[in-house]
Amino acid sequence: MLDLIWLLPTFPLLGFLILALTEGKLARGPAGWIGAGSVGLSFAVAALVAVSFLQSGIESHTVPIWTWMSVAGFDPGVNLYLDGLSLVMILVITGVGFLIHVYSTGYMADDPDFSRFFCYMNLFVFAMLLLVLGDNLLLLYLGWEGVGLCSYLLIGFWYDDPYNGYAARKAFVVTRVGDTAMAIGLFLLFAQLGTLNIQEMLHAAEAEWPIGSTLPAITALLLLGGAVGKSAQLPLQTWLPDAMAGPTPISALIHAATMVTAGVYLIARTHTLFELAPDIQLLVAWVGLITLLMAGFTAMTQNDIKRILAYSTVSQIGYMFLGLGVGAWSGAIFHLMTHAFFKALLFLGAGAVILSLHHEQDIFRMGAKRKQLPVGFLCFLIGGLALTAFPYTSGYFSKDEILIAALEVEGQGLWLWLGGVIGAFFTGIYTFRLFFVVFFGESRGHHDAIEVKGLNIAVPLFILMALSLFGGWIPVPLDAVFSHGAEHEEHHISAFMHGVMIALPLIGIGISYLFYGSGTFSVEKLMSLPASRALHRFWDSGWGMDRLYDLLFVNPFLYLARVNAKDIVDAFYDMLAAISRAGHLLIVRTQTGYLRWYALSMAAGLVALIAVGVLL
Amino acid sequence: MGAIPVEHGLILAGILFSLGLIGVLTRRNIVFVLMSLEVMLNACGLAFIVAGSRWEQADGQIMFLLILTLAAAEVAVGLSLIIQMYRRFQTVDINVLSELKG
Repeated sequence: MLDLIWLLPTFPLLGFLILALTEGKLARGPAGWIGAGSVGLSFAVAALVAVSFLQSGIESHTVPIWTWMSVAGFDPGVNLYLDGLSLVMILVITGVGFLIHVYSTGYMADDPDFSRFFCYMNLFVFAMLLLVLGDNLLLLYLGWEGVGLCSYLLIGFWYDDPYNGYAARKAFVVTRVGDTAMAIGLFLLFAQLGTLNIQEMLHAAEAEWPIGSTLPAITALLLLGGAVGKSAQLPLQTWLPDAMAGPTPISALIHAATMVTAGVYLIARTHTLFELAPDIQLLVAWVGLITLLMAGFTAMTQNDIKRILAYSTVSQIGYMFLGLGVGAWSGAIFHLMTHAFFKALLFLGAGAVILSLHHEQDIFRMGAKRKQLPVGFLCFLIGGLALTAFPYTSGYFSKDEILIAALEVEGQGLWLWLGGVIGAFFTGIYTFRLFFVVFFGESRGHHDAIEVKGLNIAVPLFILMALSLFGGWIPVPLDAVFSHGAEHEEHHISAFMHGVMIALPLIGIGISYLFYGSGTFSVEKLMSLPASRALHRFWDSGWGMDRLYDLLFVNPFLYLARVNAKDIVDAFYDMLAAISRAGHLLIVRTQTGYLRWYALSMAAGLVALIAVGVLL
Repeated sequence: MGAIPVEHGLILAGILFSLGLIGVLTRRNIVFVLMSLEVMLNACGLAFIVAGSRWEQADGQIMFLLILTLAAAEVAVGLSLIIQMYRRFQTVDINVLSELKG
């Protein structure tokens, strides 16, 4: 049964090929069935594989499909590798992916490019499955770039609007920065260890490299570069908020549930390397912490419903990085899974709200929508509670695991923990700010909104609600993968600390209620201070990162491009052309058109030749 | 009667050839150019005959016959071209025909 995992990527690939080759001539019905059905079949296979994998009790299973190339001892295969980690990933990708595909058949029903949408979506699922199932880094990189391409195609899906194309290019270019670092890391690993097979490579690294030496630090840093690019962490986080230009199901599937967590997967997959480089591992934790705090601040100031969720995604992936950095490998992957549930729920709920309000995205033009949009209301209530780690929702378990592990780090543990808890506090504020503004208060527009109907929209939402509520009870089979982390099994944490962790998000919700729910505190009064206005502007611009990058990279590049518009290298070739042109002009003067001159030249030449012949 | 030395014959041929060449180069009237060309051809013919008698071979005279025929044909073509030229440009000045200058 385990050998069937080759079917997993095959179904979406077939779906992609069919949809691509029919060039959108397929009717909506069959296109939707193919698009969603292929992922559904994959999910069925994944479920079967999961059952037999867990029953067999083996640690890992490799399915060789074929040898990709074989050159001078370098023979990466297209081999699929299944263990607890990739099992969790394929279940999340196909499971949540299937729900989002079904939802999309309703959400995109009126779109003229319905078939193209599912074509890209299937290609994405294929690439993502390849990424998590590949047993060598080359195959992983293929999937990695594949999902990057799909992300680009889908952000710019509505390409009529130039802004969407701009957002797509930005996402592509910014992640490319990280990917370059990652590619160099792969080269370095291959050059040093002679293999790209992940498991062999990790064993070799463990055997050859002492802890804390330079080589693992460099390779880990380069891989981290790829991870922060894909997962939108500091300093490459600027692309994700703009990526919201794509259709909302894309934001749910690619930019919340699966692709952006690929960086987390990469680090978890190569965690042995990071354990060999403790400094870099700590850097991962700090990157995560700083990102989650910065994104949390920005999320409090945004007005666009999708951008709030985007910054929240950046923040939650920050938690995953924090978990990776403090060695809570399974905690980070657990949070990846629960985050996939509740963030997909929030995005799909947001999509339902946006669709019901005729593509309105500004939360301050909604208000009091709980009666009109009961399903959306329920989505945001449950998703929001899970996001703020309300006790016994799914987010509570995973965030707990990460924060407790952070506390156990020697030296800086308390700071990491404190930052994480403060982040959770802000999570409570921004999530329920969105909630109260959209669903309570007075209606500020779209008074006659009617909720979109359709089972294909409602059923995925309800399933995701259930998963968001109870997903925390799902046992993840990760112990065999991260056996090094066994010492984290026993948690000793005082009741006070635990109380703080539960209470702070709730206080955040309370503050949010006082501002936006009951109106006890006035936002206008707070904003009348110049200092708070300036701070608001600063946070609203995402800590000025876009401006900073414009200043540091974009403008200098544009300046250079302008200065060097006439390429310096071209000067050499222009000179060659000028020389031959001058020579031509010189010789053309001998061509007078006078017959006698030609005859004279010929005679003179002949005489000269004969003279040379006679004299020599 | 003493035989004329070969050198004399060749020198005469050379002088004739040079005169013809000078004529070709200096004359503007295309008819005179054509005539000078004939002089050059005949200088060549003379050189062949002198050489033929020096080596006591008939080849020199045969070559002269060939040159004579060639010259006749060339004159026929040349003169017809001259007539065409005169009809078209109303002149026989060869310097007028310099449209092909670079």
